Amino acid sequence: MTPQDTVERALALSKADGCVVVTTERSEANLRWAGNTLTTNGTMRSRSVAVISVIGEAAGVVQRSAVDADGLEDLVRASEQAARDAGPSEDAAPLVEPSGPSAGWDEAPAETSIGTLGEFARGLGAAFDRAAARDRLLFGFAEHVLETRYLGSSTGLRLRHAQPTGRVDVNGKSPDYARSAWVGRSTRDFTDIDVEVLEDELARRLEWARRSVALPAGRYETLLPPTSVADLMFYLYLSAGARPADEGRTVFSTQGGGTRIGERLSPLPITLRSDPAEPGLEAGPFLTATDSDEGQTSVFDNGLPLGPTDWIRSGELADLVRTRAWAERTGKAPAPMVDNLVLESADGTATTDEMVARTERGLLLTCLWYIRAVDPQTLLLTGLTRDGVYLIENGQVTGAVNNFRWNESPVDLLGRITEVGRTERCLPREWSDWFTRTAMPTLRVPDFNMSTVSQAS
Amino acid sequence: MAEIDPAFLALPMRRLADAALGRARELGAQHADFRLERIRSQGLILRDGRVDSARDGEDLGFAVRVVHDGTWGFAAGVDLTPESAVRVAEQAVEVARVSRPVNSEPVELADEPVHGDVTWVSAYELNPFDVPDAERIGLLTEWSERVLAADGVDHVDASVLQVLENKFYADLAGTVTTQQRVRVHPELEATAVDRSRGTFETMRTVAPPAGRGWEYLTGDTWDWAGELARIPEWLAEKVKAPSVDPGRYDLVVDPSNLWLTIHESIGHATELDRALGYEAAYAGTSFATFDKLGTLKYGSPVMNVTGDRTVEHGLATIGYDDDGVRTQQWDIVKDGTLVGYQLDRRMARLKGLGRSNGCAYADSPGHIPVQRMANVSIQPAPDGPSLEGLIGGVERGIYVVGDKSWSIDMQRYNFQFTGQRFYRIENGKLAGQLRDVAYQATTTDFWGSMEAVGGPDTFVLHGAFNCGKAQPGQVAAVSHGAPPALFRGVNILNTVREAGR
Repeated sequence: MTPQDTVERALALSKADGCVVVTTERSEANLRWAGNTLTTNGTMRSRSVAVISVIGEAAGVVQRSAVDADGLEDLVRASEQAARDAGPSEDAAPLVEPSGPSAGWDEAPAETSIGTLGEFARGLGAAFDRAAARDRLLFGFAEHVLETRYLGSSTGLRLRHAQPTGRVDVNGKSPDYARSAWVGRSTRDFTDIDVEVLEDELARRLEWARRSVALPAGRYETLLPPTSVADLMFYLYLSAGARPADEGRTVFSTQGGGTRIGERLSPLPITLRSDPAEPGLEAGPFLTATDSDEGQTSVFDNGLPLGPTDWIRSGELADLVRTRAWAERTGKAPAPMVDNLVLESADGTATTDEMVARTERGLLLTCLWYIRAVDPQTLLLTGLTRDGVYLIENGQVTGAVNNFRWNESPVDLLGRITEVGRTERCLPREWSDWFTRTAMPTLRVPDFNMSTVSQAS
Repeated sequence: MAEIDPAFLALPMRRLADAALGRARELGAQHADFRLERIRSQGLILRDGRVDSARDGEDLGFAVRVVHDGTWGFAAGVDLTPESAVRVAEQAVEVARVSRPVNSEPVELADEPVHGDVTWVSAYELNPFDVPDAERIGLLTEWSERVLAADGVDHVDASVLQVLENKFYADLAGTVTTQQRVRVHPELEATAVDRSRGTFETMRTVAPPAGRGWEYLTGDTWDWAGELARIPEWLAEKVKAPSVDPGRYDLVVDPSNLWLTIHESIGHATELDRALGYEAAYAGTSFATFDKLGTLKYGSPVMNVTGDRTVEHGLATIGYDDDGVRTQQWDIVKDGTLVGYQLDRRMARLKGLGRSNGCAYADSPGHIPVQRMANVSIQPAPDGPSLEGLIGGVERGIYVVGDKSWSIDMQRYNFQFTGQRFYRIENGKLAGQLRDVAYQATTTDFWGSMEAVGGPDTFVLHGAFNCGKAQPGQVAAVSHGAPPALFRGVNILNTVREAGR
């Protein structure tokens, strides 16, 4: 049974008022290494079918992997029963109607294999030899995933999207693990990944770390590089639901009720936005949801076209993530989540190196790690620095500093930044299991809160 | 004892295993294992007494793992036919071949007795997947309405996650295991919103997730009625509580909070793969490096930590691991000294530690087994005090209940935790709640400051469904038991001041 057949058969079996069927064909290849040798690897295939049945204002979702023709009817009936059991949903909205032709519907699923990583693996093998010769250890992970989704609905939607997602993390260490550096990239197909370029960046940072400087906790002028900014902005994005804000229970709620939309969050003209057509960060052009979540995502919105959305525009909070149902209730436009995120400023042109050169004394971070919310009221987050905190003195990196535990709110931080650099594609370090398509600038924070010293190296 | 789901047993796992293992042997694999899994999971979330999300998922598939020319090869597939099993075995060997040039440490596995054809089922009474949706939704609705009806509660989020995990494993040596386990995680959180001030506060149940069936939600293992009844008053008290003065305090930490500190600062730090650097680029390494085994002073002499995958109702409990090893219990910290690690067969052989203690686990049919956490628990003192006895020994301190925020560095030194409730202790008595509290410490300092642990009656098993590790990311459920414990002179932060306000 092809995925398209599965969708058509399930829709034909449906006795519900409305039905959405999403099939996902996923293939993946990966390599993982540590201490200049392979540790694990694999290729995986999986297939799943989600049936969303709508009965009145209720929805039921059942998802199964590897469903055959016999299992499909069970799946559809289970989904209908789930809808009857669930009762009316606050997310309820009419299913999305087709708005254009179904481009590519008939195409087969795209597939990846271990071969996609073949060239990279050869480069890596050579890198291991060089690392061993230069007294360095390499650790990391490379992964390529191809996920093809077919979404069909009783309202006539027939949508297909093939999403390639690749990433590579490389961590270099001295043999005693005392010095550590990291580089990461997101990629669609690995043709743009050059192991030697990654190695050069690691080598430069490991050289910086030959001199180590102990600094106490405190507030420091800090350059947050794109990967660190991506991790903070992703947390902000996840916390940007309109419904909980309207209900008074997020950092975007305001005194007296309502949300902070329209409020200035930053003195600098920064824009935080998503766009499925963003070059290099292309993401699914329609919404697929096999689960509803806190008024931010609704299964009733499946197939909703996604477009460019500004979350922060010229420093002001422009919008929050909103389902169609919540939009209807609050008299606003729907604002579905998009699977990428860009932070930029029209006047942000400086590279990180140029920003370092303009710094009299400050810290240059590499990564943030183990980021968790401490106080949702302010969106105070805690976490650690990792794999390289460098001291900048008189425009030059002069050594590596100990790691810190920090406590900071990304919302508060946007209000204190004094410089925004050039936006570039980057891989979030902490959240790349879920979110890889980001482009961020380096940010200058005059007073980043390093709460205590961490002995970790 | 519950029986293995006949629908799982009806799957053609033995035919597929024969096909895959036979092909792997033909292709020259030194080791090969075949694992077929079906994982059913349901998530039910109610907001203010109405269903927000009812998700019902099933993941079914199989994997073949080989050691070929001294190199791992792994492949996973979904079509349950012998032809597909043969193809996946061939892919696993191909992956090993592609990987051979980047592998410099030949893979060998620690010896393990062949266990024959064995079956294991976890301890539960009522399979939650046999409970009709309407009944499950009904119970959560009733809980939500009860709490919503109380003064000062503006919102209630209630949820229950449940998992039914079936694993079939067969290897070339002749071990064949068929296993089933069940787990549930019920939770309810109340929120109070003060719109005029633009502030909000929450209070959540601290009832642990457990390797139990639906009877856990309806029986008297946990005092649900008592906890739900007190949530509104605890919340109201927290809203009005004074903000903590930062500084050093003595802490009495309840098992409902201490489990997560154990998880982060002992559980992860004593995973041998971390200590050996396999997780260095991702989850991180460990300060408890292998050269310190037998000598590292992890904590005070009252600190005794065990690892086990055998405790009844434990979330990491199972009969046989994903290396085909029979599960065990062993010491990790004895009288304050590091004496053991969590192992899989490969690492046990690599470091000459004899038999593996059975911590190999893959979270799904599509993922390769890695070393995952056992139930790592602090043992009570045989004649240890009660909770009141511990609190009675504190002149000026804080009693910490329930977990909330957590974070620790990649070598497991520096951690920071918050909780659901913090009570001031004055002259050996509780003196009302405090707000905005976080405790921050370095692992060995913290455990070194542990002066006393409670007695056997105070021991409670808590845990989580969502421990993350490895790349590609894998999720595992794990329990941690602890008595309440007394710590001297721990650094307390005020989280509002940390935010610069």
